Amino acid sequence: MKTGQGGPVLSMHDLSKTFIEKKSGEDLEVLRGVDVEIQAGSLTCVVGPSGCGKTTLLRLIGGLESPTSGELRFEGRPVTGPGPERGMVFQEYALFPWRTVCKNVSFGLELEGMTREEARRKADDYLETVGLSGHDDLYPRELSGGMKQRVAIARTLAVEPKILLMDEPFASLDAQTRNVMQEFLVGLWRRTGTTIVFVTHSVDEAVYLGQDVIGLSRRPAKVVKRFENTLPYPRNRTDMGFIELRAKILDYLTGEMEVES
Amino acid sequence: MKKWKIISPLVAIGLWWLLAGLGLLGKGTPTPLAVVKGFGHLVMTGLPPGYHLQGHLAASLVRVFTGFGIALVVGVPLGILMGYSSALETAVDPLVEVVRPVPPLAWLPLAVIWFGIGLASSAFIIALGAFFPIVLNTVSGVKSVDPRLVEAAQTLGARDRTILARVLVPGAMPSIITGVRIGMGIAWMSLIAAELLGVRNGYGLGYMIMTARDLARNDLLVAGIVVIGFVAFLVDWFIRLLEKRLLRWR
Repeated sequence: MKTGQGGPVLSMHDLSKTFIEKKSGEDLEVLRGVDVEIQAGSLTCVVGPSGCGKTTLLRLIGGLESPTSGELRFEGRPVTGPGPERGMVFQEYALFPWRTVCKNVSFGLELEGMTREEARRKADDYLETVGLSGHDDLYPRELSGGMKQRVAIARTLAVEPKILLMDEPFASLDAQTRNVMQEFLVGLWRRTGTTIVFVTHSVDEAVYLGQDVIGLSRRPAKVVKRFENTLPYPRNRTDMGFIELRAKILDYLTGEMEVES
Repeated sequence: MKKWKIISPLVAIGLWWLLAGLGLLGKGTPTPLAVVKGFGHLVMTGLPPGYHLQGHLAASLVRVFTGFGIALVVGVPLGILMGYSSALETAVDPLVEVVRPVPPLAWLPLAVIWFGIGLASSAFIIALGAFFPIVLNTVSGVKSVDPRLVEAAQTLGARDRTILARVLVPGAMPSIITGVRIGMGIAWMSLIAAELLGVRNGYGLGYMIMTARDLARNDLLVAGIVVIGFVAFLVDWFIRLLEKRLLRWR
């Protein structure tokens, strides 16, 4: 198992992002001087109070937003826009509703110039990876939330990204499905060794998944606190260590929210 | 439930028959029976004699589909580009909004000057009518595509042109088809205006209806109206069939 031994694949230095609100024209400072490094092959979770800029941070890495100032490098090169080497999984799945399961997964493969037959075969492989064999010809509307997210993950994995960016991917799922998906993700990560950055508002989820848990402060997020999580996988939510770490992170976040009020 | 569909036309015909039979709809209003006989006259004898309904229908179908085809071929790509580029939309939208409310009939003199009397001018009138609902629905369809889908495509490696062809166009398709259906309806509505002058060979349903009016043959006039309504209904039914196939994913 590769666990974060590969050196930093992603680095942010003094990264800031300010949005200009369309209606009022006022500045909304979301991130201020963030410094983070992500190690190759690691599974890092980002938590923070709602509206603190977790998603913005992820979208900056994905190249879907550009920083106001500061440096953001992926494999040593500045990030200038979206690209298939940085795969993104969205909370609301973002599947193409007019494409079947198989066609969704093969979307990126077709763009690479693969023939239909090749793309279909490879898509099938990835559908098997996420445990969805035999659902090729269904349309997204025919799937449950958990299945949709598996398809979305397969679609992203299919283009073989070097980093997987996940934006609260399990937040819309019911509690049981969410647990199953968390277990599935840990298994997937341990099998493939893909670098994962996982944004969530659930501290429980972060402690269950992450080797590292990064806590963001309230907006504008600048203080970044890193909690190392050395609990062995698969993790048990009733372990003393699990409960203690969760309490510690919750304490930190609660403190952050009190400053706000 | 399906048999309920036939209720409203049956009630309308019954009421019509009753009121016309009692002379309550004014002198000269034909009864349904007279219209059926008129339909027979149009098929067998023709109006004017020798100009049969089949010929009128064929000529009108050619005009409607030519005009509609032009509206489709120009309207859908323009709508897609306008939905994609807000700069283009800002530039073109005022023109669209000013020209859109003008009734097709008003263009007739200009159409004759520009295209002469014939298929070109009548197709122009029909195309004008069908064009706007197609453009506007296509624009709103493209704009209503979830931006997350565009972002998902971008992170999968798609560039501008691929996003246009593989995300925005299929995402806008339901709205485009709605525009096509409305546009086809307006194409039929514009037919009479288009055939008011733009007919040289003496054939056309609109032209036939105008002839019936001149001869005070209201039975033939209403038969002509019923034919237009029924053919337009069939065409719409066919588009809906196509819609079901194309939008199976919904």
